Amino acid sequence: MSDMVLSIQNLKVDLPSWSDRAHAVDDVSISVREKEILCIVGESGSGKSVMAKSILRLLPEPHVQVSGGSIMFEGNDLLDVADEHMRVVRGGRISMIFQEPMAALNPLMRIGRQIDEVIEVHTSLTASERREKVIALFDDVRLPEPERILTSYPHELSGGQRQRVMIAMALALEPALIIADEPTTALDVTTQAQILHLMKDIQRRHGTSILFITHDFGVVAEIADRVAVMRYGKLVETGTVKEVLSNPTQDYTKALVAAVPSMTPRHRPSERPENSILVINNLVKTYAARGGVFGGKSKAVHAVAGVSLKVPNGHSLALVGESGSGKSTLARCIVGLEQSNSGEIFLDDINIAGLSRAELRPYRDTVQMVFQDPFSSLNPRQKVGDIISLGPMLKGTKKDKAWEDARDLLGLVGLDPKAVDRYPHEFSGGQRQRIGIARAIAMKPKLIIADEPVSALDVSVQKQVLELLDDLRKSLNLSMLFITHDLRVAAHVCEEIVVMRNGVLVEQGATANIFSNPQHEYTKALLAAVPGEDWQQRS
Amino acid sequence: MKTFWQRFLTNPRVVCGLIWLGLVTILAIFAPLLAPSDPFAIVAEPFKAPFSEYVFGTDSLGRDMWAGLVHGARTSLLIALIATVSAVAFGTMIGGIAGYYGGFIDDILMRMTEFFQTIPSFIFAIVLVAILTPSATSIIVAIAIVSWPPVARIVRGEVLSVKGREFVQAAIVAGQSDSGILLKQVLPNTLSPLIVTGSLLVATAILVESSLSFLGLGAPNLMSWGFMVGSGRSFLRDAWWLVAIPGVAILLTVLSINLVGEGLNDALNPRLRDL
Repeated sequence: MSDMVLSIQNLKVDLPSWSDRAHAVDDVSISVREKEILCIVGESGSGKSVMAKSILRLLPEPHVQVSGGSIMFEGNDLLDVADEHMRVVRGGRISMIFQEPMAALNPLMRIGRQIDEVIEVHTSLTASERREKVIALFDDVRLPEPERILTSYPHELSGGQRQRVMIAMALALEPALIIADEPTTALDVTTQAQILHLMKDIQRRHGTSILFITHDFGVVAEIADRVAVMRYGKLVETGTVKEVLSNPTQDYTKALVAAVPSMTPRHRPSERPENSILVINNLVKTYAARGGVFGGKSKAVHAVAGVSLKVPNGHSLALVGESGSGKSTLARCIVGLEQSNSGEIFLDDINIAGLSRAELRPYRDTVQMVFQDPFSSLNPRQKVGDIISLGPMLKGTKKDKAWEDARDLLGLVGLDPKAVDRYPHEFSGGQRQRIGIARAIAMKPKLIIADEPVSALDVSVQKQVLELLDDLRKSLNLSMLFITHDLRVAAHVCEEIVVMRNGVLVEQGATANIFSNPQHEYTKALLAAVPGEDWQQRS
Repeated sequence: MKTFWQRFLTNPRVVCGLIWLGLVTILAIFAPLLAPSDPFAIVAEPFKAPFSEYVFGTDSLGRDMWAGLVHGARTSLLIALIATVSAVAFGTMIGGIAGYYGGFIDDILMRMTEFFQTIPSFIFAIVLVAILTPSATSIIVAIAIVSWPPVARIVRGEVLSVKGREFVQAAIVAGQSDSGILLKQVLPNTLSPLIVTGSLLVATAILVESSLSFLGLGAPNLMSWGFMVGSGRSFLRDAWWLVAIPGVAILLTVLSINLVGEGLNDALNPRLRDL
């Protein structure tokens, strides 16, 4: 047992009485060994974050509190030690990296000072020694121009750089253990690949142990030495990364592993029909950043800088890009949520570019949209039936008929038709996304624009929703423009892929061709950055 | 998870507030039955102490204090409610339009709101009533005019946060018109803070109405609690009940409305209480 850094025994964390279950963490025993990366995998609500927070006493007490077990760290039970001792442990011996670095950094304090403060509190180094140490740390996490970053504010750095700063801060006092709670979830794939690489590298050089919490099996394959799978607050399975990923023993783990979208394109490149439901020619959308009070020179942001593409009838096209690539802006231009500056958008051979919302109304039943966030896309004050029948009723369908159709649609997307009388908050994320899909197809559109429709969902639910979309597309003969940042998801549902970056298309082609033979450097980088790629190709 | 009503009605402060408000409402509704005589009628000699022939005694002119109290409840509640409903309706319209359309329209409407907010509200109300000549209508108009700006600001803020949500975009994509989206999608989601603000505005409206009546700017033919306090003021040493009875009525009513309003806030925003 001497090589255990952290040993959690029979940990129990109670939830408040009004929750759907009694324990957030129920009798979990896990240990982190010296110099290893232990990944805790689980879907939302599995209790993985609560468990991590209970180690450093960061639970929102008194509503959520530990009710039993022990957390042994360096000879002490962290559940028993005094608050003063806990302060020494926090930051000094165990440090934490959070999901959203922007929220974890103080926006009004220079980066250098924030790290300096951590060292100042825990050591007796002089100011110049501390400065040297901070610069050394920045070097360590491969931050460019450490001197400049020292005097920068958090908003002046990119997301990846901020996460590097967080890692530097976590490393500042050479802790024995780093707890990383979904540290790469908010980052783009290519940045995620860099950060994962960095964490693994640092762990090797410093000999720190890392407790890494994630929902993504790709990330697990990339970084973990050992894996613990959690569900409903209970530990399902533990083992080395090889055992768990290639030979899972529990059904739940098997299902989770199987739900990870594979990198193998599912659709054979088929004959391209001659007619296209959507043709975009040279579309430009520029945002004018507002000038200063005195009308200073305003900077224009080219969100979409001359894009041309086609969605053939009955085909599904994936628009892949990282944040800021302009892919969502493009989608918003097509459905008329944004006005494009120039270019043409032919929807069923009618140019709709530049039409106002009122002028677009006759074409609303040609194109419909499925939104990203199922918790924000359904009006909480309307019944599901009202939500789905809104479009048809605006088109003149009588209420009785529209509600009758809504019941059928709910059946079609795999929900109980009686759900029309219920409110959105009674449904889970995946069910809500099904309602969103039912709303989109209620208008009987020819083209569906799906803007990251599964990025807010758990993997197992993600798979079901993707399959639903795929089935509906075939049975209703829909065309689809599928916007995503995840190449794995694109491979799953789309025959063709276009890759977008900084407002322009860099590559397009059949999914199979792009995957087997990417031409553009950026496409290659994107493919290489997909977490767990090696593992998937092996299996 | 407790429902709204469970959270609301198990709050002891809310229960106290509701009991008193219920009592006042009954007085107001059944005023002509409970005190059939004209509250301005002189029924006995002046300064009769409470709990004699008349429950609450008589005032300096020999008018029945009980009748005054009952009919005063009617005036206070009616004026406060109508004024608040008008203020909330107008404020919601201005705030909703400003928040939804944004840009130039927002700038114009918000500057207008700020203009009304910068004038000291009570003095503004006095001036308005004086210009319009005191009557129930002019008091209602004055109270509504000084009360709508905070409503507009709250609604605007809520609309700004709601209109960015995806269900609003979904409604646009479905082809709903701007007015339809504002009325059916956006405004229903601003209801909770609106109910709380509205309930607290009623309390302020009662105070403003009482203060105006106290200063002699009340409706001339309507008995009011503020008027009773005002006319009893010079006899405070000899006949305390002239001021104390209507004064306590005002105090308890305003306090009760505040308790209920706070309770509504707690019940509608359960997260506020958990933090």
